[in-house]
Formats: sequence, structure tokens, C-alpha cells
Amino acid sequence: MSRANLLDRRAVAKALLEGRDDTLLVVTGLGSTTYDCFAAGDHDLNFYLWGAMGGAAVMGLGIALAQPDKKVLVITGDGEMLMGMGALATIALQKPDNLSVVIFDNGHYGETGMQQSHTGGGVDLVGVAKACGIGDTQEINTMEGVAKLKDRVRTGKGTLVARVSIAAEETPRALPTRDGVELKLRFRKALGL
Amino acid sequence: MTASDSNPVSPWPEQIFDVLKRAEVRQVGYVPDAGHSRLIKACQDEGSMHTVSLTTEEEGIALAAGAWLGGQRPALLMQSSGVGNCVNMLSLMKSCRFPLLTLITMRGEWAEFNPWQIPMGHATPQALEMMGALVYRVDQPEEVADTVEAAADLAYNGDSVVAVLLSQRLIGRKQWVKK
Repeated sequence: MSRANLLDRRAVAKALLEGRDDTLLVVTGLGSTTYDCFAAGDHDLNFYLWGAMGGAAVMGLGIALAQPDKKVLVITGDGEMLMGMGALATIALQKPDNLSVVIFDNGHYGETGMQQSHTGGGVDLVGVAKACGIGDTQEINTMEGVAKLKDRVRTGKGTLVARVSIAAEETPRALPTRDGVELKLRFRKALGL
Repeated sequence: MTASDSNPVSPWPEQIFDVLKRAEVRQVGYVPDAGHSRLIKACQDEGSMHTVSLTTEEEGIALAAGAWLGGQRPALLMQSSGVGNCVNMLSLMKSCRFPLLTLITMRGEWAEFNPWQIPMGHATPQALEMMGALVYRVDQPEEVADTVEAAADLAYNGDSVVAVLLSQRLIGRKQWVKK
């Protein structure tokens, strides 16, 4: 891929998570976004999905409703979001003030051999989010935009769905623990539960 | 005639609501079902509960995982046809040992009028058990509260997915034509 304005996924994840603290709770979609966020720096309040395809955004909703004083950030891929697109309708009705869903959209299924996804074929997930009634929807194509997005996620109010244009390139794998019980227990412990 | 036929206002949905409230359930995901309509309404009217209308039942599994991660107890209301939609997502609960209480109104069995409901209704207990859920079934109104209360304890204290199947006989015949 040599088109302009396609961002490096590792650089975007790093910028979004830079200097994060215990007020930010993160869920990552299976596959590349899990690796990206782990590569950006492990944290007890990162919940890495290794499965549950289509579930990341609604899982973020459950956390957001339970923890209204924290910010919840779901970082997932276009393929994962497409599988659970109804979640955008469900989230739109709930209107959580503290939930951001950021879609790393490379238009491909990176984990399975870079087959083109529906977004690669023209489906517009931000348009879907907008049509569902999500209050704040954004298209991000530059690292300056990513820096603003980072601030919006941490200090803004209202449900946000953002699509970041990501280059369809393979990145070295960075693998967090696959033990779901460990991920659950450390997340809850970090919240004092 | 059964008890539920002769007594269509049996208070079992309200009894389930009381159990959920006592168990401090805070997030209730649901895909509407006629058999759950009174319980859904009661949960919507309860200020301490978030009720979340879902586009598909599997969203309710992921929602429940998030609720528990955030420190709230989840429940999921659906009809038996929705169980099939949840199968892969139940991997999340098993892999992470997330607790979930799910209350399932049965279709496709006693006095069912719609043959399209029968295949999934018939497969519901096996589909749940296949994915590691503990499954209990209630046929009599007087058994509902105890069974749901025991299921809630088992779910939240045992980090398990526990399903209570509310039988079609309990719910009563669906009225195809509204009177």
C-alpha cells in the first residue's frame, strides 16, 4: 500500500495510549489491535481480546456503564467491528458519556492473509455510526489528528466513534498473555474490585 | 389446564425481578420476548439497573463480560432462539471464567404454534451445555423464584454461566390473535 495518509498502526496505538493512567480502561479487539496495544506498553487496565470477534465495542459499553467515572477506550479493527456492527446501534441508544470506540481501519483482514474487508470494498463504518445516532463521529487521517483524538478520548464527553486510516501492512507480532482469567483478575484488581 | 393457564397473572416475573434486585444485578441486557415483557418492564423501571436493548443476543454476552470487569453483576434475558446466536461468544465467558445469569423463555416446545421455533428450541439445552453453561429448567410457577435465586448464587459466586430455562408451559400459550 503506498497511498498517502495511511498511518502506521503501531505509531497510532502508541500515540493514543501515551502517558495513560488508571483513569483510562482499554479493550482491544482480537488480532492486530491486541498486538498494537500490547506493543505500546502493557497495563493492568488493558483487556486484550483473543477471541469474541464482534464483541469488543459492547464489552466496552458494559465497562463504561459500570465505571461512569472512568474513560473507556475500545481499540479494534474494521473486521472485528463489521462482525458486531449492531453494537453501534446498541451503544447509540445507551449514549454513555465515557465510551470511545476507535476503529483501526486498514480495509483488510490482517490476521488471516490480508483479504479485503467490507470497508476495503467501500463500506463506511463512520457513516454507519452516524446513522445509528452516535453523537461524535470522526475520521482521522493524520498523526496530528491522532494527537487530538487522544485528548478527546481522555477529557471529552459523549460517545465517540472514530475511524483511523491505517496502512495495510504486516507488523511484527507482540503477544500479551492469552490467559483470560489472568487478564480479568488483574483488570478488576487494578480497579480495586 | 395447568396452573399457568388457569392463573395467567401468576407473579413469577415479579418474583424473578425481586431475586435480581436482591442479588444486586446492575446490568440487564435483553432481546425482547413476550414471556419476558413484565420482567423487562420491571427492570426498566428500577433505577439501580441499566437495561440494555440488544440487536442480537450475543451482544449480551460481551456486555456481561464488560459489566463484570467493571464491577457490576450482569443478567441476560432472551428467548430460546437467541441461544444459537450466542454460541461462539460464550467462549469469552469460558476462557475468562466470567459469571452470567441468563433467563431464557422457551419456544418450540409445549403447545408451540410456529414450527420454525422448534429446531432451536429443541437444541437450546444442548447448545448451552456444549459451551459450558449450567442449565436448569422450570416448569412450575412456584419453582421459579427458588431456582433463579440458586442460579444467581451459582453464577456470581461460582464464576459460571448459569441458564434458567423458563418452559413454554410455564409461560402459557402464545395468543396468535390479540383479543
